[in-house]
Amino acid sequence: MKEAAIQVRNFSHYYGNNRSLKDLNFDVYRHEILGIIGPARSGKSTFLACLNRLNDLIPGSRVEGQILVDGQDIYRPDVDVVALRRKIGMVFATPVPLPLSVYENVVYGVRLLGKNNVKEVDFLVEDSLEKAGLWDEVKGRLQTSALKLSGGQQQRLCIARILALKPEYILLDEPTSGLDPISTMKIEDSLRTLKKDYTIILVTNNTKQAARIADRTAFFLMGELVEINETPIIFTRPADKRTEDYLVGKFG
Amino acid sequence: MTKLDKNDRLIRISLLVVAFSAVSVLAVITIFIFEQGTPIMFKYGLRSFLLGSDWYPSEKSFGLLPMIVGSLMVTFGALIIGVPLGLASAIFLTEFSHRRLTRFLKPVIELLAGIPSVVYGFIGLMFLVPFIRENFGGPGLSVLAASIILGVMILPTVISIAIDSIRAVPDSYREGSIALGATKWQTVRMVVLPAARSGIVAGIILGMGRAIGETMAVIMVAGNAADIPGSILQPVRTLTSNIALEMGYASGEHREALFATGVILFVVIMILNTIANLTSARQKKR
Amino acid sequence: MLVRPKTEQKIVQALLYFFTSIAVLVLLFILVVILKNGLPQLSLEFLTKNPADMGREGGILSTIVATIFLTFIALLVATPLGVGTAIYLTEYTVENRVTRIIRFGAECLAGIPSIIFGLFGFILFVNKLKLGWSILSGGLTLAFMVLPTIIRTSEEAIKSVPQTYRLVSFSLGSTRWQAITRVVLPSAVPGIVTGIILSIGRSIGETAAVIFTAGSALRMPSSLFSSSRTMAVHFYILAKEGVSMPKAYGTAAVLVIAILIINLVTYYLMERYIQRKS
Repeated sequence: MKEAAIQVRNFSHYYGNNRSLKDLNFDVYRHEILGIIGPARSGKSTFLACLNRLNDLIPGSRVEGQILVDGQDIYRPDVDVVALRRKIGMVFATPVPLPLSVYENVVYGVRLLGKNNVKEVDFLVEDSLEKAGLWDEVKGRLQTSALKLSGGQQQRLCIARILALKPEYILLDEPTSGLDPISTMKIEDSLRTLKKDYTIILVTNNTKQAARIADRTAFFLMGELVEINETPIIFTRPADKRTEDYLVGKFG
Repeated sequence: MTKLDKNDRLIRISLLVVAFSAVSVLAVITIFIFEQGTPIMFKYGLRSFLLGSDWYPSEKSFGLLPMIVGSLMVTFGALIIGVPLGLASAIFLTEFSHRRLTRFLKPVIELLAGIPSVVYGFIGLMFLVPFIRENFGGPGLSVLAASIILGVMILPTVISIAIDSIRAVPDSYREGSIALGATKWQTVRMVVLPAARSGIVAGIILGMGRAIGETMAVIMVAGNAADIPGSILQPVRTLTSNIALEMGYASGEHREALFATGVILFVVIMILNTIANLTSARQKKR
Repeated sequence: MLVRPKTEQKIVQALLYFFTSIAVLVLLFILVVILKNGLPQLSLEFLTKNPADMGREGGILSTIVATIFLTFIALLVATPLGVGTAIYLTEYTVENRVTRIIRFGAECLAGIPSIIFGLFGFILFVNKLKLGWSILSGGLTLAFMVLPTIIRTSEEAIKSVPQTYRLVSFSLGSTRWQAITRVVLPSAVPGIVTGIILSIGRSIGETAAVIFTAGSALRMPSSLFSSSRTMAVHFYILAKEGVSMPKAYGTAAVLVIAILIINLVTYYLMERYIQRKS
């Protein structure tokens, strides 16, 4: 279980001349939930966007160093970015259901691959929605517009959407920040189950969430990785004073 | 580069080509009109072309001055009528009338902007021309008739753009002025209108461009005599009417002269358009 | 001004009201006159029979058909060009010199008067490309007249699709083109359609550009290459040559009503579109 699935080596990111990530060095273990905490503008979301190369779409975005996923540097020029994004799925902070039916939302990525066999696809939909903890609530109305679901349901739909692509990694960027406690709990429960089959990185502003479900936690501050360790250790005996100050609330 | 990337590149290039269609057409129009029209301008002599007052194509006399004067008079007249009416209406509808009235009228006015120019010309021919003839003298088909019709035609444009410009002025300006004890009208006069000025001016220039480029309506009410009008009750011919009236049967040098008319018209309008674009860009920057 | 501000305001308000009324009444007058004199002319016969005796008798069927063909061709050409341009400007580039040139070209095109388009169409389509006076020549000319409108409305519609939709599509493994065709364009359709409908309205009423490219032959178009008279051109000739005032009113009424319906449809589409967004 301690295999390093993602290896970040001397990795920096720039927006134009602005250095947003400074010389990151750490590993992400397979089948763990890694929580990333830190105050605003510390580079947490930027890091996630580097993992699935969504940052490529921003003009002026530039990287140095390496990120190895399953041993391969994802920034090599011959990497198939589109396939990478299927392998590393991302859930955004605000649930973004596409203006389609629930069913079509889940299969959106799958359709891009040309899979059209109805039986296969139907099964995929049910399977993904189950894993996301949403199947029971929507099984009777797969054809209704996804925009009609509640916030919590929409977010779980977004999770189901990437599960349908059978990724290996799931990135979540403050996934429950706008949701009520019950939806939050449901999603956290799903994540705990999902980590058996996936490697999960969770960015959160809510340190208590990291304390609840992350196996290890990393503390980012102003583009740097301050420290990373098993969650209980970070929260009770942090090695760096800055971590302690953040957790205690001296800044944030 | 993967296959998907290659496809994306291809699509990007095709779209670039498509996007240039508008620009290419513009270039082609410019080239054609100039290609057909400029030779005769120089053969005949630019001076006598622009300043000659005798337009007798059958005798190879191509003086455009009456038409240039005609276009200017008629456009100017249109502005005298259309701008005050349009501006007043816009001010009234944005600042002084009930919201519901404005909400009803603005779309109605925009609706009326869609009425074809030939219809305006027709109404002018049926009602305005006899009216002028009976009450003011002259043949009725006159500078006055053309100015009025054109002024009415540009009303929806001027009103719409003026309304949008005035609405774009932030409420905080108005509140600040009222808080200092000004009346509504003083606020409008001293704060709102100056702030909306570039937008309004752009709208006026747009209206002016429309008036200068209008053809069919003018033909129907202006009389089309190729002489410099001595008064506003006399008939007039514009640059646009000149082209439209004679193109059907012109040939050889006559035809070239009509293209040359097009060149002059084109140049004038391009200048106006550029000014309008620059002015409204200034308003947006604010 | 030595008048008290409040009084000044009262006077000005009255003046403004007066001017506005004049403007509105004049515009409405035009509408009312056309409808009052034209509606009586509108019979089933008027709409289904061809003009006879140079338009003094009969109906306006051939002109209606010609108008429809012409408009159809214009939009067939202008829509892909316009939407394609809009897609390029919004999805594939950032603001740079190239995009500014493209935009400048479209803006200038929008300001060119119809008679110049008529000349252009005459030189290019009728003569150089040897299409002759025909529906095809007229349609192609009109296509470029409405192109700026389609570009502008399509661009607005595409820009208003939330950026997050695109991000989601990418993160699910789509290329840019797939994101555009599967998510962005479908969302932008109402806005694009509005632009198309507006352009239909404009094409219907166009005269100067059409008369020099599609000609004025008073007969039912048999193919794209036939010359044929549209409603607007027919109306113009009836009115200017004094052929038949009642028929002219009738034609005008059809034109005006068609345009009114088109504008109303556009208006309601926009309202529903705006409602859907919020």
